[in-house]
Amino acid sequence: MPASSSSPGLRVALAAIAARHPAAAPGAPAALRSLTLDIGAGEQVAVIGPSGAGKTTLLQAVSCALRPSSGQLLLDDQDPWALPVAKLQRLRGSLFLAPQTPPLPPRQRTITSLMAARLPAQSLWTSLRSLVYPVDIAEAHAALGRFDLAEKLWTRVDRLSGGERQRVGLARALLSPARLWLIDEPLSALDPTRAGMAIDTLTGAARERNITLLATLHQVDIAVARFPRVIGLRDGELAFDLPAAQVTREHLLKLYAQHEHELAGTGTPATPPADKELAHNPVMVQR
Amino acid sequence: MNAIHPAAAPALRDPAWSGRVFWILASLALVAPMLWATEFKPWILFEPDSLRSTLGFVAAFFPPRVDAEFLRVIGYEAWRTIAIATCGMALALLLAIPLTLAATTVLSVSALPGRMATLPFLLRQAVRWLLIMLRSVPELVWALVFVRVVGLGPTAGVLAIALTYAGMLGKVYAEILESGEPQPTTALLRNGAGRLQAFLYGVLPTNAAELTSYTVYRWECAIRSSAVLGFVGAGGLGQQLITSLKMFNGAEVSTIMIVFVALVWFADWVSERLRRVLA
Repeated sequence: MPASSSSPGLRVALAAIAARHPAAAPGAPAALRSLTLDIGAGEQVAVIGPSGAGKTTLLQAVSCALRPSSGQLLLDDQDPWALPVAKLQRLRGSLFLAPQTPPLPPRQRTITSLMAARLPAQSLWTSLRSLVYPVDIAEAHAALGRFDLAEKLWTRVDRLSGGERQRVGLARALLSPARLWLIDEPLSALDPTRAGMAIDTLTGAARERNITLLATLHQVDIAVARFPRVIGLRDGELAFDLPAAQVTREHLLKLYAQHEHELAGTGTPATPPADKELAHNPVMVQR
Repeated sequence: MNAIHPAAAPALRDPAWSGRVFWILASLALVAPMLWATEFKPWILFEPDSLRSTLGFVAAFFPPRVDAEFLRVIGYEAWRTIAIATCGMALALLLAIPLTLAATTVLSVSALPGRMATLPFLLRQAVRWLLIMLRSVPELVWALVFVRVVGLGPTAGVLAIALTYAGMLGKVYAEILESGEPQPTTALLRNGAGRLQAFLYGVLPTNAAELTSYTVYRWECAIRSSAVLGFVGAGGLGQQLITSLKMFNGAEVSTIMIVFVALVWFADWVSERLRRVLA
């Protein structure tokens, strides 16, 4: 297990954070509007909400990939944007952001893609040596094994299916030296069984190492069943922030009002689910 | 054209059509005065006088000179040409790689949250200007300079190719890196990897095939270019070619041209193989 197992997870605090995407049109409303949140070390939080609610922007803001236009972000009581660039880059090494589409170079082998997660903890010399002969083969193998992909260790990324790539992207988290995992839609390309396994692996590994976990999810049922705390985002604002047990159908119906088809997985949709959504979210077909 | 419901019924006419016609006409209008400026009169080629001298020149090419002694000289000079091109490229790479890393925006840490900071921006601009200066001086001019400094011979050719090609490689490498998929690299940088680490694990595997293909193509250009450099005394096949041309020895010229075709074909073959390995 990496050294991070002893150090506690990163604490995250957002105070009235507003943020907009750099590519957004000038007149468009901000993706996040005055969001205040506190996430303790080692906590596991799922973020749900209809498309365009600002879930991805929230992850980007917390990962210091996006500078908030107002408000303050604190990671372990430290404002990352007050740090000089080199220190900020070192801080980025203690968090891991997994985008929805796994950012793996197609011509790279799986082992190298996994080793890339190690880079923040490695010297340049070690990472060069690792290109010649991978330095942590056993650990990469174990991490892949937890996602049921152990046999793909030496396969090139472009030979993997979409679901396999997504799981390699998640296995990267296990290898990174991070104390905060920010995972964007980890299940979008997985079938229901794999999705359940993947989320159990992530939450289990985060619990073992006391890593703070913040994941956005389209599958409301999984969010409520597997995460102790659920945050509802709508139009860039906090709709609710509750222990999973206290999230009721009324909360969800209100959160997804006018987007009921996205809620299809949790029970009684107000309108029949659209075919497109079913195709893209196999987990919802289950019920 | 519908004043009442402009959005409801899109016209069935391709809206891009007028723009296309405009740009075709505009480029013709731009090229016409340039043809004028270059006194472009291709029909001169087909006047009886020109045809006669062309045919005479071409006829002198046959048969090529293939006696053992000449072939030995040509073989040695061909080897020197490849050596000039390869050494020139190797030196150019040594210069171009660090300049590329400094010039490309893909590896900017300060640009991660949106806009690059002022100081890194200025540094990148400075490197870009250095690259422009390196490649704006033609290798022929560099060769003339270095022939004065280091004397007649291949060294001048190697140095000339190194400087000009460093400018070209640096510019095009930076553009290749910027047109490739940025996601793998930004993901690594966002998760705290260093610039060089992100280069090795993100940029390089994403762009390896394009970089190789362009590098081998430039090597092919360097082989051709070393021929021209030979004209000013920088060694290799070019020096042999200018001697034969000056003596109106068509048989020797045609042998040398055949060797050039063979060299370019060889470069093409190498490129093809390398691309297949990296694809």
